[in-house]
This record gives sequence, C-alpha cells and structure tokens, in this order.
Amino acid sequence: CENDLDQYPHEETTSESVYTTADNYKAVLAKLYASFTTTGQERGGGNSDLSSNNGQDYMRCYFNLQEAGTDEVASTWLEGDKVIDLTYLSWDANDPWVSDMYYRIYYTIALSNEFLRNATDDKIAGFTEDEQADIVHYRAEARFIRALAYYHALDLFRNIPFVTEEDPVGAYAPPRYTSSEIFTYIESELKDIEGDLLSRSEVEYGRAPQAAAWTLLAKLYLNAEVYTGEDHYTDCITYCNKVIADGYSLEADFQKLFNADNDLRTNEIIFPLPVDAENTVSWGTTTYLICGEVSNTSDYQDPAAYGVTSGWGMFRVRGELPALFDETDGRNLFFTEGQTQYLEEIDNQSYGYFMSKWTNLTDAGETASNTVDGGVNTDFPLFRLGDVYLMLAESVIRGGSGSSTAEALNLVNELRARAYGDNYDTDGKLTASDLTLNFILDERARELAWEGTRRTDLIRFGKFTTDSYIWQWKGGVKDGKAVDSKYNYYPIPTSDLTANPNLYNEEY
Amino acid sequence: QQPGKRTITGTVVDETNQPLPGVTVVLEGTTTGTITDFDGKYSLTLGDETGNLMFSYIGYQPQTFPIPETNVLNVQMKEDTQEISDVVVVGYGVQRKSDLTGSITSVGTDDFNAGLISSPEQLINGKVSGVQIMQNSGSPTSGSTIRIRGGASLNASNDPLIVLDGVPLESGGISGNSSNFLSLINPNDIENMTILKDAASTAIYGSRASNGVILITTKKGSTTKGIQVNFSTTNSVQTRTQLPDMLSRSQFMNVINNLGSDDQKALLGDYSTDWNDEIYHAAFGTDNNLSLSTRVAKNTPMRVSVGYYNQGGILKTDNAERLTGSVSLSPSFLDDNLKFNLSAKGAHNNNTFAQTGAIWAASTFNPTLPVYSGTDDFGGYDEAIDNTGNPVNGGVRNPLGLIEQYNSTSKVDRVIGNIDMDYKFSFLPELKFHATGGYDYAKGKGHIYVPAEAAQYYTTSGRDYTYGPQKSSNRLLTTYFNYNKYYDELKSSVEATLGYDYQYWKTTTPLYQELNTLGEAQSTTAATDQRHAMVSYYGRLNYGYDGRFMLTASLRRDGTSRFSSDNRWGTFPSVALAWRMDQESFLKDNPVLSTMKLRLSYGITGQQEGIGNYNYLPVYTYSQDGAQVQFGDQWYYSYRPEAYVSDLKWETTKSWNAGFDFGFLENRISGTFDYYTRQTEDLLATVPAAAGTNFDKTILTNVGNVDSHGIEVTINASPIQSKDLNWDVSFNMSWQKMKVKNLSLIEGGSTTNTLVGPTIDSYQFQVLSEGYAPYMFYLYHQLYDAETGKPIEGAYADLNGDGEINSSDLYRYHSPAPDFIFGFSSSLNYKKWTMNMSFRANVGNYVYNGMAMNTGAWSTVSYNSYQLNNLSTSFLETGFNSRQYLSDYYVENASFLKMDNLTLTYNFGKIWDTCNLNINGMVQNVFTITKYSGVDPEVPNGMDISFYPRPRTFSLGLGLNF
Repeated sequence: CENDLDQYPHEETTSESVYTTADNYKAVLAKLYASFTTTGQERGGGNSDLSSNNGQDYMRCYFNLQEAGTDEVASTWLEGDKVIDLTYLSWDANDPWVSDMYYRIYYTIALSNEFLRNATDDKIAGFTEDEQADIVHYRAEARFIRALAYYHALDLFRNIPFVTEEDPVGAYAPPRYTSSEIFTYIESELKDIEGDLLSRSEVEYGRAPQAAAWTLLAKLYLNAEVYTGEDHYTDCITYCNKVIADGYSLEADFQKLFNADNDLRTNEIIFPLPVDAENTVSWGTTTYLICGEVSNTSDYQDPAAYGVTSGWGMFRVRGELPALFDETDGRNLFFTEGQTQYLEEIDNQSYGYFMSKWTNLTDAGETASNTVDGGVNTDFPLFRLGDVYLMLAESVIRGGSGSSTAEALNLVNELRARAYGDNYDTDGKLTASDLTLNFILDERARELAWEGTRRTDLIRFGKFTTDSYIWQWKGGVKDGKAVDSKYNYYPIPTSDLTANPNLYNEEY
Repeated sequence: QQPGKRTITGTVVDETNQPLPGVTVVLEGTTTGTITDFDGKYSLTLGDETGNLMFSYIGYQPQTFPIPETNVLNVQMKEDTQEISDVVVVGYGVQRKSDLTGSITSVGTDDFNAGLISSPEQLINGKVSGVQIMQNSGSPTSGSTIRIRGGASLNASNDPLIVLDGVPLESGGISGNSSNFLSLINPNDIENMTILKDAASTAIYGSRASNGVILITTKKGSTTKGIQVNFSTTNSVQTRTQLPDMLSRSQFMNVINNLGSDDQKALLGDYSTDWNDEIYHAAFGTDNNLSLSTRVAKNTPMRVSVGYYNQGGILKTDNAERLTGSVSLSPSFLDDNLKFNLSAKGAHNNNTFAQTGAIWAASTFNPTLPVYSGTDDFGGYDEAIDNTGNPVNGGVRNPLGLIEQYNSTSKVDRVIGNIDMDYKFSFLPELKFHATGGYDYAKGKGHIYVPAEAAQYYTTSGRDYTYGPQKSSNRLLTTYFNYNKYYDELKSSVEATLGYDYQYWKTTTPLYQELNTLGEAQSTTAATDQRHAMVSYYGRLNYGYDGRFMLTASLRRDGTSRFSSDNRWGTFPSVALAWRMDQESFLKDNPVLSTMKLRLSYGITGQQEGIGNYNYLPVYTYSQDGAQVQFGDQWYYSYRPEAYVSDLKWETTKSWNAGFDFGFLENRISGTFDYYTRQTEDLLATVPAAAGTNFDKTILTNVGNVDSHGIEVTINASPIQSKDLNWDVSFNMSWQKMKVKNLSLIEGGSTTNTLVGPTIDSYQFQVLSEGYAPYMFYLYHQLYDAETGKPIEGAYADLNGDGEINSSDLYRYHSPAPDFIFGFSSSLNYKKWTMNMSFRANVGNYVYNGMAMNTGAWSTVSYNSYQLNNLSTSFLETGFNSRQYLSDYYVENASFLKMDNLTLTYNFGKIWDTCNLNINGMVQNVFTITKYSGVDPEVPNGMDISFYPRPRTFSLGLGLNF
C-alpha cells in the first residue's frame, strides 16, 4: 500500500506531461499574454493567480501607477480603493498598488522563465520541424514579454531583482540589478530576438510581431537618460524608423482606436492586449477605463453612450488636462455637462470633466457587451504608431540623428491632421518653429491621454515631482505643490525586502 | 485438558455490569495470578492447588472466593470509595483513568451540555480546560472553530484531529455544508468525547497530532436482555439578541437634516421602517431522537437510533434540517474470543442558506424608506435606482428583497460505516489482534435561484444554477496487536501495542457554471479531483510498577502522499511518566488527600493538514471558459504553472507537559493542573516568496517557529452530598501565551511584518511579526482632543518620530486571542429536581469593531447620489468625516462572561411499570456581560462586521425511557 503514497493530480496536470505537445507550448505561451489582462484561470478572475490583497490585473495596476498621480486622472474612491497615496504622490513601501504592480510584473517574468526553461533546443528536439519552428517563435515572444515586464519594472522601480530561466524555482534570493544593468539586459534581449519574432504580415492578432520589439526598444532608448544617465536618441530614431518602414499607417478615425472594434485597427495598433466580454473577461484593463470614466451620479452623462450598462464613477480628469486641448481638436474627448473643469474637492464626482475617449461601442455605434456581466470588448492598444511618430519627433528635437526636423514635423502634422480634420489647416497645422520639447510633452498628453504613458513622459521632462509643472492636488494640496524627487520611482515593496535580503530602497 | 491441570475462567464486572479490565486475580497466598483483559475476562491455569482466588482492583473492595467445581468464577466488584476508576478511550485502545500518564480529559453523556445541540462539539463547550470552542455565527448552518491549547500552527490547519469510533475524519467541509462537517453526526448518538491534549497522548497519531485529538465514541447496544427504548424531544424558540448600534430613525433624520446637502435631504422619506424587524424573526427548532437498545441472539448487543432535527435561523429563510440513523451490532463468537462491532451512521441534511448580505443591508438601509415601492419593479421591493433606471451600481439593496429573492438550498448525505474485529488468541490469551475497516462517504450539492427582476442581480438577469455534487470519501484500515500481561512476581503490568494504518481520501467536484436565469454562464469553476493517502506504523508500551509508577512510550512513523518521496516519512516519538503518590505508604491512609498523581511527558508531533495535496509538485492548471486568450481569430485556453515547493515537509511540534491530578476528602474535591510548553518548527506558513522565484507572491513552505506555553487547571467539587440534596461544581481555567519566533525564509532577511486576517476594502488589520504574539492588531495610535476627549480625525501618534505619519508608524496592539479562558458549571439536584448552569469567560481578548468603523464616518452616509445609508452611533462620538480604517480607536477589550446554559429538569421517575419520564426547560446563551460595544465580543478572527447574531434559545424537552 505504500505505493499509494505516490499521488498525482487528476484534473490538473504536471509540467512533465504539459511539455509533450506543441499545442501545449502554445497554451503556456497564452498564459504569458493573459497575464497582462486577467487575474485567474476562470472567467473574470476566478481561481486567481496571486494571493494578493487587491488581486487586480496587471494593466489596472499599470494604469494607476502611470496615471493616478498625474494631471490625467482624478480618482473618486481615494480611501476605499486605496489610491490616495498614488493620487497625492505620497506612497511608501507598503502601498498596496505599488506592491500589486510589482508582484504582477515578477509573476509575468516568472511565467516567462518557466516557459523558456522548458523550451530549450534540447527539450523540443523531439517535435517535428514545423512544430520546432513554431516553438522558436513562441520562445522569442516569451523573451519579448519578459523584456516588456522588465521594462515596466525598470521604468517604475529602477533598481530591481533579476531572475532568468537559468535560476531554479524555489527559495533563493535573486541579485539586485542596477537600472543600467537592467537597461543593458533588456536591450540585448530585444535585439537578440528580433529575427525570431514573426513579421507584421505573419503574426496572429494578439501576438507580438517584430515591430513590438522595435517599439519597445524605441521606448527604452527614448527614456535612456532617466535610466542610465546616457542618452540614446539616435537609437530611438533607428527603431522608430524600423517600425514606420514596416508598413503601418495611421487609422483615419482617432476614436476607432479606442472602441470595441479596435481589433480591426491593425494598420496602426502594433501590439494590443485583447479583452473580450465573452472569452477574456477582465475587470481591469479597458473595462476599468471605460466603466471607470462613466459617472454613477451625473444627471447628464448616459452610460449607454459609452456602451456601458452602469458606470463605476472611478475617475475624472484634473483641470489642467482639458486646458491643453483646442476646442477643434478631435481628441478633445471630455464629458463636461454639469461638471466643473477644476476640482474643489478631488474625490467628489461633481468636480472635473469625465473622459470619453474610450468606449465599448462597435463601429456601428452599438453597445458591444453587458459590462456588468463580462466587462468590455475593447482591446488595450499598448503600442501604436501614433506614439512611435511622437517618439521619433521628440528624439529629433533632442538631437538624435537618423531623421530630420522636416520628417518629424511631417509625422506630427499627420497626427494633427487626423485630430483636427476639417480644421487642420486653420487650427492644427504646425510649422517647424512650433515643434519644441514642451510642445511634444503636451502633444503626447493630447494624443496618448489615458494610454499609460503620462508619468514616464513627465519624468523624462523633469516635471513629475518638481515645481516646473504643477497640477491640482499634486502633493495632496488643492493648488498643487512639488514633491520629493524620490517619487520619480516607486519603492520595492516591504514584503520583498523581507523575502530578499539583496534588495534595498535608497530613499524610501 | 491435561490431567492435574485446570483452567479457571470468568468475567469480572463492576456494579453496573460493565466489564472491568485490569483486575488482579491471584491464588491466595501464592504469586500465581493474572489480570483481566479489556472485556473483564480472565483465564488462570492452575495445577492441583486448591484455595481461594483473590480479586483486587484499585478503588474497589478486594474480594476472595473459593474456586468452584465448574472452574467458572464470575465476580462483581464493589466500589471501595467514591473514586471514579472508569476506563478512558485513548488512541488505539483504552486505559484505566488511574493509569493515565498524559493530559487527557474525558466527557461523558452525564456532563454534556443540554439543550438544542446543533453539532457534537457543542456538547463539550466550556467543559474542558485548554479547549476553546466558538460557534462561528448564529446561523444554524454555521460550524464551530475548535482550538485545543490554541493550536500550534499559523497557516496550516489549527483544527484538532477528530477520530470517530477509530476512524480519523477528514478535516474541512463539503459542498453545501462547507462550514460544519461535524454537524452530520447526531450528537445524541455520542456516548463520550475524549480530548487528548499533550504530545504524549496524541503522538500515537503522529503527523496529525499537533493540534490535539478528539476521540468520539458512539453509543453501543446493551448487554442485558430486554429492550430499552429511549425517546427524547426538545422543542425550542430562538430570539435575536444584540444588534449593531445604529442611529435611530430620529437620530438619522437629525444628522441628515443638520449635515446633509439639499440633495441628501431630499432622499429622506416619510416612512418608518425597522429593517431588522423585517429580516429577523423568532425561529423554531425541534430535535427528536428515538433509540432502541437490546441484545439480539445470544451475544449480540444491538442499538438502533433515528433522529430528526430541524432548526430555523433567526434570519428569515435560514434553516438546517437533519435526518439521522444509526445501527450498531456487536456480536461475539468463540466464547467471546472473537468479537465484532459493526456500525453504520447515516445523515441526510437539507439546508437553506439565507442571503446574509441582508444583515449589512438591514443595519445600513435608510430607515425612512418603505419596504415596498408600490410598483411591480424589482419584485415590488423599494430599491435605489440610478439615472438609467437600474438598481444603483454597488448600492445597498432592499434587505427584505435580498432575503426573499434569494433561494439557496443544499442537500448533503453522509454515511460512515465501520467494522471492528477483536480476536484473542486462544493459545496466548494476553495477545489480541484488532482490526478496523472504516469508510466515510459524503455527497453534497446545492442550488441557487434569484429571479431576474431581483435587484441583487438585476443587470445580469438573476441566477439559476446547481453546484456539485461534491463527493468525498475516506477509507481506513487499522490493524494492531495488543499484548497485556501482569507479572505478579515483578509487580509489573506490561501492555504493548504494535500497529499499521492505511488511510486514503478522495474528493471530487464536477465543473460547474454560475448561470443566470437565461442560462448564460457568469463564471465557470473547474472540476476538482483531490486525493491523498497516508500509511503509518506505530507502537506503544505501557509499563506499570506496583500501581505506583507508570510509563508510556510511543512511536509512530507516518508516510504521506503530500510530500516528495525524500520527505514523506516522519517519526514521532513520545514518552510519559506518572507517579501515583497516593499509593505510597506515607499517603495511602491519609484522611484528607485521596488522590495525588504527578505526570511528566514529552513528545514530538507533526502537522500536515490545511495544505494542498500536491504542493510539492510542479502542477499546471488549465483555464476555463471566459479566461481564454485571443490569438488571431481563435480563443485559446491557457496553462498556468502553480507555485510549488519541492522539499515541503512536516511541521513538527515538540511539547513538554507537567501536571498533577489531585483529590481531597474521598475525592469530593478533585482536579488537575497542567503546565505545558510547545515549540513548533518548520512551520507550514504562507510567507512572501522573493519576487520572481516562484509562481505566486507568497508560498506555503516550511519556515520559522512559534513557541507557546500555558497553564490549565480543572477543579471538580461536590460541596453537598446527601440523600436528597446534591451539588456538584466544576471549574476550569486556561492561560496561554504564544509568540512567533522567526518567519524569514532566507537568512539575513529583515524582520517580517506579514499582514494577515480579515479585510475591509482590502485593508488588513492584523500582523505576524517575529517576537510577538501572532495576529496582533497592527494599527495607528489614535490621538484625542485633550478637552473633549474625542478622537481627532486623521491624527495619529508619530511613533517613530520622523515627523511624518506613514506605515512605519503602525504598531502592534493586543490580539484577538484571550489570555485566560474560564469555564464553570454547576449541577444542583434536589430530590427529583436538577438545575444545571454553565458559564464561560474570556479575559484579555480584543475585537476590532468593524461595524463602528465602516458605518461610523459621515462619508459612509452615501456612496452614490441615489441612496442614504444609516450610520453607526459611533459617528455621534467621533464625528469622523472619512473612515479611519487603521485607527486603534476601534479595537476594544472584549473580555466577557457568558452564561451559556441554564437547565431545569424534573425527573418523574417511574410513571408506570417500566417507564421513566423527565422533562426539562432550558435557556441557552442566557446573557453576556462585557464592556465591548459591538454585537458580540466573541467573533471569528477578532473582527466584528455584519456578524450574524447568536440567538438566545428557549427550549422544552421531554425524555422517556422504558
């Protein structure tokens, strides 16, 4: 009877039997992608991935960390949702959102490492040539996903623990890597996988093409000075050019990039994170943005106009953001009726405009799903061509070579033309002298508001913590104030300092 | 038979005709003798000697009889003093109470709590020192938390091992009865419950013994002729007790009119509704038991019983119904050398679960609104609707609508069967072989229906789905040899047990979908199939010298499927010594001191419950519908690796126990005292894993240690003993301290502060820290206005003095665990009247008043523009604008004294020929004395929020036997 002491799971399986078919490799790869939008193996987060306080998904955390403290967001549920410290730029190493983000990032990294550990040439040698070729692509994508997660970790936390597939699963303390070391690692990984990623024309929707790696390299280079002290604007331009040369083009209708049919916008969207009210139910990602931008108190705003069954009343924007827009700018997408522009109180839904950029409407203007039941159908465009244009333009202005001011002006004007439509010639068109650094920062806010880049942009421009740009309630006071420069990055959460003696926070 | 040799046999029984083991039988004037076995039988082979046989046994008068011609000599012993020398069930056997070396408490039917008993553990609540039993809520479907010496673990289970007639039961629940698995055993079928507390007593259960063991013995048939019938019925009514202290309607009106905006004032209605009156009612219960005990055939005692229990909850629609049956047959063969005991117990449960969300709703719902809106919308219930005409997103629903538009039922069946066999070897009567085959099977399933128009699921069209059946089975084979001999010349008794156990558990649930009334899936929950097995070898030696010194040593080796083959075997030894000082010459005839026994024990036990079955394996989980991933135009299911720790092993606890038992004045005053220490090592604890090293933020692994020590005292006394008037009292006290010694996974890590415990809005209130008691509250220290004494909103002590208030100013403030637990019971008997009372008290336990915090700030009056919520009266004291989640203001000393039971019984005695009748009246949960301001000072995890109040129960019972 002692043989009965060898018990193995029946409904679940073990790694030994998972990595026996190429299909299963794809199913494991699928989890790496899913780790950005969902939180568990069951609909809407059931059987959750992480035993964590809040249990929110990667993108909800990412949005909060990138946007909640900036002029782009005024949160309503400061206390109940524990976003008060993110909002006032006063977090510490015990902040639940900082912790959730950190652990979601390292979860994605751990998943990628596990896949790579099991996808070595040796381990896949038994498959057919076609299958091996597929797995080589999967492997490159797993490395891309890991590089993306490390990029987020670098951008948010700077000096961080470093783990790869060479490390075991178990109790040990990963080394601390400085931001420069991580920078070098991400750079070399992305360059290394370029050839193994699928091209734009071959790739299935939802998977990362070569251009996704190039875009990520461009982002890495654009912010290199923040991370390493050295600039890489020429490199940024190189990779922006690669993306542009790959055949992407701007979508004519700006709003269609952010609606429930935006999976059709593969002309502009380089790397989407798909969600679906039927098959990929996420209570974060775009559901958070779309249900969150709709009030549950306004007498005027109609949830149905956003494809939403009922609003969550999560957010408004601070007054400085709408101030950046011209009336005739087609990206000026705010719901203002019954609202004041500026905020007497930050957590009162009657102050501040609601965002109306994101919707759960189909191209035909119909509600795409019951948002109470399964969230929205709108995918999150993590990388898109509009951002690449602005990165190129900014790098040119900052002195990078490989392009020209004329080209930069041309690209920015393409975005302006789409935004202003008929008013482009009168209101929107830029001349070379308009193209200044501050203009780029503002233009990025107009083009990319609520797409998760505001904090990174403000830091690159030295405006996130300083008094060179003040927005309402920055630092927790109504008129705003500068805060300590340590808030340019987030602290390693206390729980990981406990678990890993190699880590420390210099300023927190 | 050899010439000149003869064998004298017989049975020794006590005054109640129960077999008496361990009686010394000696041929007078010689050293030739033997000792009776478990069944009171002896067999003595003599030559041609003649003479008398002497029968002696501690606590009984020695007797001498001539050897009869028939060679059969049955003897009935007479008790010498008042001393109780009954037999106590221990792990894998029985022992005379006087021979016990460990810390063991046995509670029999006479001492059980009376009244309407929902579940077996309630029979002994407050009766045993070191044992804390807390009913988790006032619902009849709720279970209890049982802690023996506070438990030894942090994250692994702290539940004791429960062994029913030799079958260790699987811990945890089953679908449709998740919170109270034990309730499927009819308390009326229970004869005795024995609690093993120290390691010396529990170590024979090895890897499952760290949290103590409860042995439940059920009633068996009678050995005498004739039929004995017992019938009892108890009928009760439950009423509600304390509710959260919310603003009255007029206070609420005042607050809104003074502080509210015009929009808020407009939300006041003209009605006056007490929402608690709408959702609570008086609940009725009935418990009826009929048992039949007899002897069928020549040597076959039999007992049959049926029970019907039905208890409503004070929350409307809440109900538990249980039908139980049991049969036990105990035939014996081969001149009683081969005995069997066959028993089967079955239970069928029908539960109806109320929507407990109504408790919160009734506390906070606007008291100026009507119950019904006068329209047909939402089933006619008055609901808050938003600008789209839907019920307000996240709003509070009509309490009565929540209750009446929610139908959740479950059916659970359970069968426990076991066959025991005892065989005494005819060639070596000292040797016995015992085998038990046990099988425990349970099946549970449930159904939930909410109509589409109900506000609670209005936007997703209600609910209509079935879950389960979950099927759970537990197979057991126990076999052991027992050798028992008295060496008269050495004045030594030796008892040795050597055994082997095999146990296998399997639990399965099918995949189920949460469907709405349109049949659309709202979520899909994967099927489960969990199995584990355990194999054990064990041995125990009891050695007694001269009735004065006793030694018990045991050793168990357990193998479990929950750990890898490198770690799966563990060895658990124990040793215990006892010295019966009262048998020494210098005390033997002491007129005052009648019992004095010293005990000392040490043992190592293990713990492996409360963890997953496959935690050491790299398991992958497939995703379900709705958790797929889009690649191209297809949706792929995904594989997720689960966190695992390949070198997982037992948690081990090393315990010392020192104690003494005493009795004065012929044991009219008796008691026990125990002091114990415990060190738990390799705790199975959930701790943060270094980020990136595993597939979760935290992992369950062997880390750290926890120390505890405590004192337990029990005193029983009979202050009055006379023909007509008798008074017995019993008092017990426990004191315990527990400290977390270490919780770091990697050496050199900084001191851990792991947040734990219940959450409100994702705030956690308790902490595990090295060097402190576990689960202390971890909060800011509230500052108060010097003049008004009121707490100042947001003002906290800067405890680290760095000039800012942040999470490094949190401090550890008390814990929910009591320092002292007291139990007191009294039984007063005058002629045919008996009055029983029992009290329980906890001292030094603290509770976070979550209801006061979460409804005690102005901002909680509305979460949307369509609804007002009632506030806690705490708001009148604090005037807080926003909720102060982490203020120590809300932690209160919740020491209490409760009177659990008051029973008055009148025993009519024989009312006609053979029929006895007694009737009784009972009150349970009679009163609570406490300074705590919330609903109940005794709440799970020290968090009082939306607590289902424990009812007060009044019952009338009637017992008939003939």
